[in-house]
Amino acid sequence: MAGTSYKGSEIKSVDQFIKDKAGLDSAREKEIGQHIGYRYDVNLLPDYSRLTPFLKGYLEYMGWDDLNWLEDVHMGYEEGEPAIFDRNVNGWVRIPKNVKLPNNQQDRDMVARELLIKFQMSPNHPMVQLNKAYRKF
Amino acid sequence: MAGVVTAKKEHLSHDMGMHTEGLRGRTQQRFFDITETDVGYGYPDAPDVDFNKRAEIDCEGLETRQINNQLRDLIKRGVGTIVLKNPGSKHSIAVGILNRLNLYIEGSCGYFACGLLDGPNVRIKGRVGWACGENMLAGTILIEKNAGSQFGAAIRGGDLVCRGSVGARTGIDQKGGTIIVGGDTGSFSGFMMQRGRMVICGNAGKNLGDSMYDGTIYLGGEARSLGVDAIPAEMNDGDRQWLTRKLKMYDLYPKGGIGHFKKIVAGKQLWNYDNLEPGEKKLVL
Repeated sequence: MAGTSYKGSEIKSVDQFIKDKAGLDSAREKEIGQHIGYRYDVNLLPDYSRLTPFLKGYLEYMGWDDLNWLEDVHMGYEEGEPAIFDRNVNGWVRIPKNVKLPNNQQDRDMVARELLIKFQMSPNHPMVQLNKAYRKF
Repeated sequence: MAGVVTAKKEHLSHDMGMHTEGLRGRTQQRFFDITETDVGYGYPDAPDVDFNKRAEIDCEGLETRQINNQLRDLIKRGVGTIVLKNPGSKHSIAVGILNRLNLYIEGSCGYFACGLLDGPNVRIKGRVGWACGENMLAGTILIEKNAGSQFGAAIRGGDLVCRGSVGARTGIDQKGGTIIVGGDTGSFSGFMMQRGRMVICGNAGKNLGDSMYDGTIYLGGEARSLGVDAIPAEMNDGDRQWLTRKLKMYDLYPKGGIGHFKKIVAGKQLWNYDNLEPGEKKLVL
């Protein structure tokens, strides 16, 4: 029966999916030609000692005691490039090339959170156009 | 088909050139420059509200739509703290608010209270019916008493907290965020959970975490049974720190500490990335 046993591979290094964009490791992944699972640990809990000043300002503005929804935001990897998944556009947003990547996932996640907020709150976000075109009330 | 109105071609979206993009393969477009300086902390079209500006709405005799419209009007006028009095267990109150806001509901709510929230901090003094916080995106909701079934259905982000007990299928299809239950939860809690965290301080009914794909469930009491592919996992220091901080945030930290909490995760035996196993392909072909 399909999907009755997990045949994916473990994430071994923070740069694994930058160096190997296909990310095929296990026999099953090689057989189907597709990486199984996320390219980052969705269950990684944030290290609050690494909050950036921008994120601290955002939390204060919103009146939250912690990262709230941003606890679920992580830096991912798309076709060998670091990227953030933006749920508002349902797509990957690639990290600009001039942003220096930290050497650990916790700091990368903080960078991803900050960039995602800046992107979503920008007047150039695609949702602003969609809102203008389709808003009914 | 009767009653279907065909969209006019001269729709604004056509004028804006939104239908000219090729729909084959992946597309890449540059929308945003990281050096933009006119970016705030709120959505571009969100009214700027002041938490120190306070107003009240007496819901007595008002329909749900009237209550929600009054809420929106107050937000547009920059009111950042709103108190709803006499909510009368009406359904679908305070839905679709996409800004920061402090909202106090002094009473109980019916079905689908505070759904689709993206930002507000809500405190509900009474109980809530089915599907409170459904499809919530961000913010916090704290319910002082009990909640009905499908609590936090398809929640994507934020903290949804019930100090009391909740019904069945809590966090069904949870896609992110945190659900905290101070008491017990019913059967099939965490059903088809995809990510996020669920904390149950009391006991859980049958089939906890059934068919969960990912995410984490922390259980303080006992589950009548675990669902398909939900398996126990070892708590680590990160889990303990997170759980301690989160429970203290909502005054739900147990007197005896969190040493008794168990962690439940997906066994990943149901992960199905290939359409069919080679053997089944042969059968189909």
